[in-house]
Amino acid sequence: MESLTATQVLRVTGLRKRYGDVEVVAGTDLAIARGECFGLLGPNGAGKTTTLRLCLGLVDPDGGTIELMGRSVPSEARAARERVGVVPQHDNIDPDFTVAENLLVYGRYFGIADAQIRGRIPDLLEFAGLGGRADAKIQTLSGGMKRRLTLARALVNDPELVFMDEPTTGLDPQARHLIWERLRSLVAQGKTIVLTTHFMDEAERLCGRLAIMDRGRIIAQGPPRELVQTHIEPQVVEVHGDGSAEWGEREAPRLAARVERVGESVFCYARDAGPIVADLERRGALAYLHRPANLEDVFLKLTGRDLRD
Amino acid sequence: MNGAYALPRVSARLLPVWRRNFLVWRKLAVPSMLGNLGDPLIYMLGLGYGLGSFLPEVGGVPYIVFLAAGTVCFSVMNSATFEALYSSFSRMHVQKTWDAILNAPIALDDVVAAELAWCAAKSFLSGLAIMVVAWALGLTSSPLSLWVLAVVPIIGLAFGALALIATALSPSYDFFMYYFTLFVTPMGMLCGVFYPIEALPTALQAVSWVLPLTHATELVRPLFLGQVPPHAVLNVAVLLAYAAAGFYAAMILFRRRLLS
Repeated sequence: MESLTATQVLRVTGLRKRYGDVEVVAGTDLAIARGECFGLLGPNGAGKTTTLRLCLGLVDPDGGTIELMGRSVPSEARAARERVGVVPQHDNIDPDFTVAENLLVYGRYFGIADAQIRGRIPDLLEFAGLGGRADAKIQTLSGGMKRRLTLARALVNDPELVFMDEPTTGLDPQARHLIWERLRSLVAQGKTIVLTTHFMDEAERLCGRLAIMDRGRIIAQGPPRELVQTHIEPQVVEVHGDGSAEWGEREAPRLAARVERVGESVFCYARDAGPIVADLERRGALAYLHRPANLEDVFLKLTGRDLRD
Repeated sequence: MNGAYALPRVSARLLPVWRRNFLVWRKLAVPSMLGNLGDPLIYMLGLGYGLGSFLPEVGGVPYIVFLAAGTVCFSVMNSATFEALYSSFSRMHVQKTWDAILNAPIALDDVVAAELAWCAAKSFLSGLAIMVVAWALGLTSSPLSLWVLAVVPIIGLAFGALALIATALSPSYDFFMYYFTLFVTPMGMLCGVFYPIEALPTALQAVSWVLPLTHATELVRPLFLGQVPPHAVLNVAVLLAYAAAGFYAAMILFRRRLLS
């Protein structure tokens, strides 16, 4: 047990936080091991960001315990945060400073000496793909560059653990891929990453382990592939367009293990999709897509298809 | 963070936050100085000499001398108030600079204390500039007038702290208009800036004695004229009490706004 806790950088038990009548975090348990990339998934309002803020000691919990970098939070949150980096959901880079000044000023918040920060800045900018932009004004940076500067800023104190709240929301595919590549290299360096996202492909690609959170509770946890294997049939046939609803009502239930109807579309889940595909081929008129089940299917099955605003 | 009502706990960690504000100011120093100092000087000189030429002595001295002492206080109040309202709100709410800082090992108490210290520093510059002009024009030459520079940061702290309460409550920049119209502007008329308090009806004089700006002018004007303020200890105590109570109240409100 002793050695197990030594390798854990974050341990949360029975965490609770209530706002008015709503329990935003309702008894969450998490254990993050050193060096892993852990994803916290959930629809909007699931409690992901609140969980991160609780872990950082920015909000007092109503119940439960948090241990971050071996320190008890919130009582020793400040000391714990010295070894942690944060990439917030919305960029909050200082618009009045240049790229390099942003890193210098942020490093000072950790009590790091100017000379030491200045020594790190070239490497940080290189890592973030911002080499040669040290003196650039923030207004001249693209969205992707700002995101990468935020990432560089989170690394200014050479943290052991990096929290990232939706690191690629709002980025174009090129910028997202660059961020993913950088995150992988951080994990390769031995850093621990905890990220929240609602992009399933992001979670599937990056995270060795993830938890799906809904209404303040963690409803499934494990490696992505294992979640797909445990929680859902391996084959999916999506049927779209004219006549699909009717087909979905009459034919699908006897062919598929599970059927979900969303508007005019039908999602058939099965261990063997052969009979479904054969039936659709025989009819010829219906457009369909046959694919392996993925994390998004698990997510939608567990959290439902209703909109969360 | 033992609850919103805990007494503020301030540490040396406020220094890098203060320094951040200083660094931004240094970049924009020229327009910032011009905006902060130009207006009060123009009013002081225009009203002091122009309107003053029609007036006999006010409070026993030429009107420009009377007004210059008032202008130091008025300008320090405005400078601290503007910084604590618009600039702090921008850093807290618009740019989310505070959120970024709070992710580092710095507590909200230190962030707010740094903002307050920065308000005092900026208002000190306003007071200093007016005093430099007053000395250059020979409006005051007493060595006691140097003490004004010691009093100015206390005035800045009091008004900075009070304005931070409004910032903590404010949903948007528009809200600050209430603060100016209901609090700052009336004080300008009630607290001995433009004319002696004795000119007010008795009832209003009583109100005046409760207001912090009165205690600022009661300190600055005698020093400006080379006299020891008769109620110096009381005046300083009142200003410090406003600063302390304002900071504590603002702290409670900021914690409820940002940390719950």
